[in-house]
Amino acid sequence: MNFLSRIVLITALGCTASYGLASEIKGDEKAIAIAKERKARDTGWGANEAKVLMLLKNSQGKEATRKLEVKSLEVKDDGDKALTVFESPRDVKGTAFLSFSHALEADEQWIFLPALKRVKRISSQSKSGPFVGSEFAFEDMTSYEVEKFSYTFLGEEEVNGEACFVLKQVPEYDFSGYSYQKVWIDKSHYRVQKVEFFDRKESLLKTLYLSDYKQYKNKFWRPMKSLMRNVQTKKSTSLITEELTFDTDLQESDFDKNRLKRVR
Amino acid sequence: MIRKAVALSLIVNFTSFANSAELTGSAGLDLRYYLQDSLYPQQERTYASAYLSPEIYAEFNDGQDTLIFNPFYRVDEHDSERTHGDIRELQWAHYRDTWETKVGIGKVFWGQTESVHLVDIINQTDSVESVDGEAKLGQPMVNVSYFTDYGNFSVFVLPYFRERTFQSTEGRLRPPLAISDAIYESSSEESNLDYALRWQSSIDDWEVGLSYFSGTTREPELITQISDSGELSINPYYAQIEQVGVDLLKVSGAWLLKMESIYRQGQSEDFAALVAGFEYTQEGVFGSRYGLGYLAEYQYDERDDNFFAIAQNDMMLGLRIMANDIAGSEILVGFVQDLDATSTYSAYIEASSRLSANWRWTLDGYFFSSDDQDDPFFFLRRDDHIQFSLEYYF
Repeated sequence: MNFLSRIVLITALGCTASYGLASEIKGDEKAIAIAKERKARDTGWGANEAKVLMLLKNSQGKEATRKLEVKSLEVKDDGDKALTVFESPRDVKGTAFLSFSHALEADEQWIFLPALKRVKRISSQSKSGPFVGSEFAFEDMTSYEVEKFSYTFLGEEEVNGEACFVLKQVPEYDFSGYSYQKVWIDKSHYRVQKVEFFDRKESLLKTLYLSDYKQYKNKFWRPMKSLMRNVQTKKSTSLITEELTFDTDLQESDFDKNRLKRVR
Repeated sequence: MIRKAVALSLIVNFTSFANSAELTGSAGLDLRYYLQDSLYPQQERTYASAYLSPEIYAEFNDGQDTLIFNPFYRVDEHDSERTHGDIRELQWAHYRDTWETKVGIGKVFWGQTESVHLVDIINQTDSVESVDGEAKLGQPMVNVSYFTDYGNFSVFVLPYFRERTFQSTEGRLRPPLAISDAIYESSSEESNLDYALRWQSSIDDWEVGLSYFSGTTREPELITQISDSGELSINPYYAQIEQVGVDLLKVSGAWLLKMESIYRQGQSEDFAALVAGFEYTQEGVFGSRYGLGYLAEYQYDERDDNFFAIAQNDMMLGLRIMANDIAGSEILVGFVQDLDATSTYSAYIEASSRLSANWRWTLDGYFFSSDDQDDPFFFLRRDDHIQFSLEYYF
């Protein structure tokens, strides 16, 4: 038994009593407080639009790129809404994903196929599937909500030169591809620095490294680079934010399913 | 002064047009190989073909107005009817928060099921283009849609009818005679003014649609005629119809339950048709990246003798295999069994994958079987074929 899993065990044992204390969120008090602070620090950002470059690498180091535009809208007391439109590869140009994330209920997702002019609903099971062949799963792309997980405080560790809290979070929603995640959250701004994803057999599947954090509106931190490494297959995907604008005039109606047919 | 201002604004408008206009599109080469000798002497075993479909798109007024032009042209080695062009889209759209309007030639899709599209009626099928019936001809229309909390209401006025495309004498996948000129019930022929109404809404786990269409049927009946000179011909007859449709989808975890049904009046018999089934998705099969989709749809149509109504009492079973790789590789295999005649069935395979950011290949195979002389598949029983396509997207 390594040091960390010992902590997991001890913390888990020590905290069984505190289950259910913090409203309906399960976990130990300290971990829940950290999770809530993480969310609180990222509340009130409103809406934003990003131009993102996705770099996919297979185990031989062969690269492919995708260009996407992501529009996001914060929804009060619920998961966010996001509209992702593909610019490349060219055969899927104009393909658009619309997702309404929810804390515990199943997310609602639609895809627009421009060649057929068809809007298709996607089943909730798809959330554990890879997002357009990348190392990110659909569920990794949806917004963070405290209620989505139950929490255990594992300890403290330094990552990227930042002192971090380490939490274990277990998905409480259906159809997750993970048994649990380990999250490193920095003490200075409650930003996620690193995440380890464990598959259903509880072996380490992927590691996500978030870096080049930039602050927007004097408050909200966003990583300009997210690197997801699949430990089992040695494949990796980087998401590089090339442009990010807050305070755009996006509205609720821009995230209507009927708008999918308008996107370019 | 005013003239100067107009000239200036024209220049500004033109520059902003030039800045926002973009040219994209696709081109492709394909080769069809028929596995058996042809039934009819004029037909061939291999057909090479190429197409080009550029798309010009421009935005004005911060994207409130858009223009799109998407012509299409295909050249086929033997089939003079498959050598054809079409304007898939030539449309101005005006977008507002709660409504939008589209004027010009465009394409609209309605419905939820995979194996048959009963409700989808706005566009005519470009049946020489693809065997699965998914390719459509551009439809002239004036469309207004209104978005409310109670769903999306749309009105379509369709001033011009597009005839279904059919193979020439040199083409395969046809009845003993190539299908000849269209005959219309309407005295205005293809200029009959058709219209359609649709309501569609997402209500929690449900997608619900209702539709109404009045005008020239998109799906003709085939009639046999003998001319004065004693020559036999097969003609498509386009009656005036009224059709109501309903389409439903329910998400339930990994299940998508789908249903479409129509009732049509005006052709040689009034009839109802239904297709209902499910798609079940499984991700990370056996711990791999692969995803699987299991499809099953039951098809029912009251008609007995329409050449195009093949889904009378049939069962479709399908399997979609998604590699979830960088190349976006996917295989769909399907099998459709006629529940009234064991010898009548069809099968298909559609596989495709990306070669690079711009190139994609597709391998399709279609197989038909029937020993029932009255079944449409009887004419296609020797038309099993595979098709390899290479497409370039720009």
